[in-house]
Amino acid sequence: MTPPSSHPAHTEQPLILMEAVEKWYGSFQALKSVNLSVSKGEKIVLCGPSGSGKSTLIRCINHLEVYQKGRIVVDGISVADNPKAIDIVRQEVGMVFQGFNLFPHMTVLQNCMLAPIRVRGTGKAEAEATARQYLDRVHIGNQADKFPAQLSGGQQQRVAIARALCMQPKVMLFDEPTSALDPEMVKEVLDTMIGLAQDGMTMICVTHEMGFARQVADRVIFMAEGEILEEAAPDTFFRSPSHPRAKQFLGEILAHH
Amino acid sequence: MTSVFGPKELVFLLSGLKWTILLSAIAFTGGGIAGLLVAVGRTAERAWLRRAMILYIGVFQGTPLLMQLFVVYYGLGLLGIQVPAWAAVTIAFTLNASAFLGDIWRGAIQALPRGQTEAAIALGLPLSSRLRDIILPQALRIAQPATVGYAVQLIKGTSLAAIVGFIELARAGQIVSSQTFAPILVFAVVGAIYFALCWPLSLYSARLEAKFAAAR
Repeated sequence: MTPPSSHPAHTEQPLILMEAVEKWYGSFQALKSVNLSVSKGEKIVLCGPSGSGKSTLIRCINHLEVYQKGRIVVDGISVADNPKAIDIVRQEVGMVFQGFNLFPHMTVLQNCMLAPIRVRGTGKAEAEATARQYLDRVHIGNQADKFPAQLSGGQQQRVAIARALCMQPKVMLFDEPTSALDPEMVKEVLDTMIGLAQDGMTMICVTHEMGFARQVADRVIFMAEGEILEEAAPDTFFRSPSHPRAKQFLGEILAHH
Repeated sequence: MTSVFGPKELVFLLSGLKWTILLSAIAFTGGGIAGLLVAVGRTAERAWLRRAMILYIGVFQGTPLLMQLFVVYYGLGLLGIQVPAWAAVTIAFTLNASAFLGDIWRGAIQALPRGQTEAAIALGLPLSSRLRDIILPQALRIAQPATVGYAVQLIKGTSLAAIVGFIELARAGQIVSSQTFAPILVFAVVGAIYFALCWPLSLYSARLEAKFAAAR
């Protein structure tokens, strides 16, 4: 990946900072005073029961969701101070969705080239070279001219990862990236994510893949009912969760493993 | 004075056909451009814009085209604004067609999975690119059968322009019919000409559909 940033001013400041973020859907409070700080290169796994606000939390980071209170700073940029900064934040934050969301009318290669060309103003040749490089990295370079519907779910999700990487983001958000996959395809996507983690990418992953969490996460964050209830290193979290809700949750999901 | 239906009458009908084609082209072009704006406004984030477009579509779908032509041509004239027939027809057809096409395309835009827009937003694509690269290419593909269906309606609907003085195909048929006293023959010919104009469009549409289906 890119070499470490040479801006000393940025090294102490967290890459992502969430301060007292609150979000409501009407009268339902989806996020309750969420505080989170993520340093450069850190890998976070977010878990918790369905409806706990995990996806909402990461979707607030790139403003796919609006929040009503609090502050989110990404790479020193706060959107609250400058609404135009939303565009800059989105360029720095890559996102991978549960349902892949590839553009079905474009080839794999076109999917990967569009944003660099339209958003960064990259030339066509350079965008194509970058796209091919990342497609090779997710081991799908030989499918570049196919349409998404011609690929398996696992392949589509790897294309989606490559598409996000083509913008050379500073952080990657994963919103249940393996939940829509057939079991035999989960591994290829997780392996891609592990490779990305090993290259030093800053990652926030909403996932229930606890093996992945153990192997990759610096911190596991447990949420329930819109609140962060526990934050711990994966070993500690899996061995001795302190919050009763976390114990209950782990009991439920690990029972099947 | 009566005559028989001969080459001269056929040429007269064909000169009417020329207007029918021209009026159709104007209506579809004006309606298409304005219809895109209506569709985009109807699906916009701003609530006031959506509401304005709902009203617009409601008004122009809910009142007869004949009345709209009448209002634009004679109504504006009564207000002291002299509108040439051409301009009146262009305005009325654009308003009417944009309401129908806008609503067809609105439905297609809304039929796209929400994830398409979200992925485009997450990549940082600006609204112009989201519309041009992601939303409209997919929506227009979905809407293609309904769009061609409406275009065929529009071709036949141009006969209403006779009210402001255009001698297009249907009006030309009326005139020839009353000169020759052979209404069945004349209107059979008129019908055949309309059919020859519309049928290839439907065929073309079916071909396109098959092509898109194969590309999936």
